[in-house]
Amino acid sequence: MSLLTFAKIELHNLFSKPATRPYPEQPRNYPQRTRGHIENDVETCVLCGICSKKCPTGAIQVDRAGKSWSIQRFSCIQCGYCVESCPKKCLSMLQSYTQPAERKTIETVSKAPVENQNAS
Amino acid sequence: MSKRSIVPFGPQHPVLPEPIHLDLVLEDEKVVEAIPSIGFVHRGLEKLVEKKDFNEYVYVAERICGICSFMHGMGYCEAVENIMEVEIPPRAKYLRTIWCEMSRIHSHLLWLGLLADAFGFESLFMETWRMREKVLDMFEYSTGGRVIFSVNKIGGQRKDMDNDMIREFLGVFADMERSLKELVKTFLNNSAVNSRLRDVGFLTKQQAFDLGTVGPFMRSSGISRDTRKLGYAAYPNLEFEPITSEVGDCYARTDVRIREIFQSIDIIRQAAAKIPNGEVAVPVKGFPEGEYFMRVEQPRGEAIYYIKANGTKFLDRMRVRTPTFANLPGMLETLKGCQLADVPILILTIDPCISCTER
Amino acid sequence: MPENIIIPISPEGLLEEVLKMKGSGCRLVQICATRIEEGYEMSYSFGKDLDLYTLRFCIGEDVEIPSVTEIYPASFLYENEIHDLFGVPIKMISLDYQGTLYRTEKKTPFK
Repeated sequence: MSLLTFAKIELHNLFSKPATRPYPEQPRNYPQRTRGHIENDVETCVLCGICSKKCPTGAIQVDRAGKSWSIQRFSCIQCGYCVESCPKKCLSMLQSYTQPAERKTIETVSKAPVENQNAS
Repeated sequence: MSKRSIVPFGPQHPVLPEPIHLDLVLEDEKVVEAIPSIGFVHRGLEKLVEKKDFNEYVYVAERICGICSFMHGMGYCEAVENIMEVEIPPRAKYLRTIWCEMSRIHSHLLWLGLLADAFGFESLFMETWRMREKVLDMFEYSTGGRVIFSVNKIGGQRKDMDNDMIREFLGVFADMERSLKELVKTFLNNSAVNSRLRDVGFLTKQQAFDLGTVGPFMRSSGISRDTRKLGYAAYPNLEFEPITSEVGDCYARTDVRIREIFQSIDIIRQAAAKIPNGEVAVPVKGFPEGEYFMRVEQPRGEAIYYIKANGTKFLDRMRVRTPTFANLPGMLETLKGCQLADVPILILTIDPCISCTER
Repeated sequence: MPENIIIPISPEGLLEEVLKMKGSGCRLVQICATRIEEGYEMSYSFGKDLDLYTLRFCIGEDVEIPSVTEIYPASFLYENEIHDLFGVPIKMISLDYQGTLYRTEKKTPFK
């Protein structure tokens, strides 16, 4: 039983740098493995639909007729199961998190039609 | 005879962020009986197993609780692997062990912080959580998530830690061990802290056994049983002994958990020294059929995963008996005869996890 | 390797078998119900050190079973849970919540 057991730690804290970061000025460096959000490189995507079948929450929809791939950002749980099972490896997990928003939206990326590519 | 009165405790209480309600029957300031009430946030995750296929359910199992999420995922995977008779590669077993022990460290540090907060020692709370933050950073570094790791799958692990990473972690743990040794002096020796913890809420060995308590709550009453001794993951190859205390009061529970943190660091060191190279997962084909009771030692105690599979991709039944569920009757017993002012501390010392209980 | 076995019993012999478990120094580990086509499959698990013994029996729907709270007082939570989620009627629970342990929107959601 003793008093002042915490004094040493307190004194140490008084003369050392804070454990926290000044947040907005110094943004966080995410480690390389951070599961932030999914991006689809739609040009390599073949719209096979495996990702939408594997997704545990059903956040991904693939429209083969409309040549588009869409994701519900706020349903996605960042498990990375789709990235792992993608046969073309066009899905990737990026480090930054989904930004907060006022309402849940569906994000769609469409494959550019072939003739447009030729035109440009 | 003094007058009896009933004081409601919870479901919202400053000391507990999670909803549990107790009706405390008081005689003056002394609690004579406590009647619990749970089920405020029941989520029905056990029922969800009928709608998700057994591979997808790993991600649901992880979300049963945000603190022992790794162990929930692992317990579920081990149960299915036992039914399917899949033998996971040795490296995966060691990885599971390391991540399990990291979860235990961060859970016990979290609890120590909450305890400090409960008896009003704010700076001790901050100090403990600063240490816990390092474990969370290591988790993010190795698995990609701070709370939900998603590294378990049926048949092994989805991510590997390379040996450099493990060596780096050992360095962090060595630092942590040093500063933790300094920090726990306050928990164990400080007279103000001791006056709140010592001789409060006794649970005898016999009571602990009869009421089916588990985990550090049970071990601090003198029963030496640790489910890790069952031999799942890489535990059979590692040396450790269940940590017990004979006293059975709040101080003993704190002491047991503190020693368990040091033990976990030691287990990680042993595992890091022995980890073999090789694959981390084996492919799994087919669907499970059969049933199995899997037991896992979580930070809070023994958890049971019962799985009944019927040979299709949907399981028939998945049941989790979480440690807090088993510890509630023991907690009610310790509450009898205590002072009203000690109730928050007593509830905290079983390390209640209501989100586990409300799976 | 510790044991992990399932012992089939008859529903009538439940209390007798549970008493035997108590006599042999086992602790209560868990009680759970599983929905099967014609009723429920009940599992009462008991532990001795690291061994696990599970008593297993099947009952039809709306068949009342006796509570084991007299033998193992800690079982009241499990029994109330089974009553609330599956609707298995259990008589003589020492602390009977009468279906209010879980505040579910739908009565007996697992039935």
